[in-house]
Amino acid sequence: MLKYIIKRILMLIPVLIGVSIIVFLIMRVFSPDPAPIVLGQHATQISVEAWRQANGLNDPIFLQYFHFISGALTGDLGTSFYTKMPVIKEIFSRFPATIELAMVSIILASLFGILIGVVSAVKKNSIFDNAGMLLALVGVSMPIFWLGILLIIFFSGTLHWLPSSGRINPLLQPGHVTGFYLVDSLIAGDMDAFIDALRHLVLPACALAMYSMAIITRMTRSSMLETLQQDYIRTARAKGISEGKVIGKHALRNGLIPIVTVIGLQLGSLLGGAVLTETVFSWPGIGAYTVACILKSDFPVVQGVVLLIAFVFVLVNLIVDVIYAFLDPRIKYSKKEG
Amino acid sequence: MEKGYSSNSDENLIQAADYVEKPESQLKEMWETLKQNKAAVVGLFIIGLLALIALVVWGSELLGKQILPYDPNYSDMTQSFIWPNAEHWFGTDQLGRDMFSRILDGTKISLFVGVAAVAISLSIGVMLGAIAGYRGGRTDALIMRIMDMMLAIPSILLAIAFMAALGKGLDKAVIAIGLVSIPEYARIVRGSILSVKENDYVQAAKVIGNRDSRIIFKHILPNIISLIVVRATLGISTAVLDTAALGFLGLGVQPPYAEWGDMLGRARGFIFTAPYTLIFPGIAITIIVLAFNLLGDGLRDALDPKSRIK
Repeated sequence: MLKYIIKRILMLIPVLIGVSIIVFLIMRVFSPDPAPIVLGQHATQISVEAWRQANGLNDPIFLQYFHFISGALTGDLGTSFYTKMPVIKEIFSRFPATIELAMVSIILASLFGILIGVVSAVKKNSIFDNAGMLLALVGVSMPIFWLGILLIIFFSGTLHWLPSSGRINPLLQPGHVTGFYLVDSLIAGDMDAFIDALRHLVLPACALAMYSMAIITRMTRSSMLETLQQDYIRTARAKGISEGKVIGKHALRNGLIPIVTVIGLQLGSLLGGAVLTETVFSWPGIGAYTVACILKSDFPVVQGVVLLIAFVFVLVNLIVDVIYAFLDPRIKYSKKEG
Repeated sequence: MEKGYSSNSDENLIQAADYVEKPESQLKEMWETLKQNKAAVVGLFIIGLLALIALVVWGSELLGKQILPYDPNYSDMTQSFIWPNAEHWFGTDQLGRDMFSRILDGTKISLFVGVAAVAISLSIGVMLGAIAGYRGGRTDALIMRIMDMMLAIPSILLAIAFMAALGKGLDKAVIAIGLVSIPEYARIVRGSILSVKENDYVQAAKVIGNRDSRIIFKHILPNIISLIVVRATLGISTAVLDTAALGFLGLGVQPPYAEWGDMLGRARGFIFTAPYTLIFPGIAITIIVLAFNLLGDGLRDALDPKSRIK
């Protein structure tokens, strides 16, 4: 098992190098020169040249890439063209906001997705099933950002129940420990801050969770429908085991493997969806920030963020693969199969 | 290693090579099953209706005739923010343009982008997948690793990066969205080719001396056409969503053209004062995406042999 994990981690390296090359090519070779964008249209030719020289943009492209990748290996992703702050600092000041949002969303999506999927499968063709499937269909068809807008119109504009933007009331901001406000406020024992952070999280998390929930619901339903037809389910029922136990312990446990795969894949797509959700809710995370940086050609930041997101994405896939082994004892990562 | 075939088995193989299920018959069979799926028929009907609207609007534009209630791009600040009423069914936007006319006008852009982006990703993806699957070895490894790398970057982020490189605009949005979906098609086609390439009819086609390209296009691709159709249908819905997302971020169609995502993005500042400006474009996007999803799901079910038997 350990060997398998190490092998998979080693396999991440070429993927990450490839991702860095793709992003580097798009941003540095095919994109317009950032100098006039950063310095403004009225910058003189001399100042543009000086700026390019200072930022190493006059070096041959291979050398530029070499500098970037050798820096990345030592944890130095360069400095932002605009703020002059190290990229790694820029990223880590915003990353917890995105991770907190994504984690709460995936928890919501998994809980409701599995619940609705199981009910739909168990009560197949009932009104619950039809309603669940309709919800799932609308969930995959609705633009995330539009759902966010609808939630704001209804819950913030009409009902005035929940805030429409930001992470927390600045007056209540807890001291920085983990960067996750829900956790930090609990550590500080400040319940007001916790509730305020939670209230800010509800709408963006629901908007972001909807699509994933729909996908998880569909997968859970089809997976459960298949397992519920198996002989061992009939045997379990014949033995007089309560229906709740049959579904929870026998059917769901066996149907979980494809569901876990989908949840893992959804975590990756949530990071993409965060770009839009964060824009709608002015959430101070990495997604909205990256869009802004791409648009103003802040190469070092974009490269760093995309590399980090790709890293998280492939790491999540690895974790999902490892979770399989725990869920399905038949899957063994032995030498023979590896 | 050369294999010696007797003349008898040669004949069998040539017969097998002749026996390739024609793509038309496969699609026809799919259509027969699809017809029984009510949801898919509804999806198809909506798509037909939207296509008709798009064609009529486009045609009247070419002929220089005004068929929409109002000019979708004509702004009149004295008419801004009129709530939906009998005259302006969906109200007017911040520049006094009729929302109903703009929504109808936007149909052609969304449909065009969806189909055009899928055409790009489909043609490149199918080609790469076919080469990878058929050639195998290093070519396969190289192509598929590049595809894996593209898949490791969230598609919307990759599309935005492409847009930053290409510049703003509808044509560029189509290219960006088309490029980011290539890996999906490449993967599907490669997988299917791997599973059919050892079949007798492919081997037979090889034996009788067909060129690789002919084998791929004449013998292999027709056999996986239905799979590609399903993926492409669902791909259109994703492309429409991505276009809307790029438009929402201000990267897609540039003013004054009516694109639903762009309309949402520009009306964001009026979320509390004129919420209707944000409701109708969203409904339009959801309907078109829903229709393609219904059709795509129906096609996928029609492809499933289990449901065909039913």
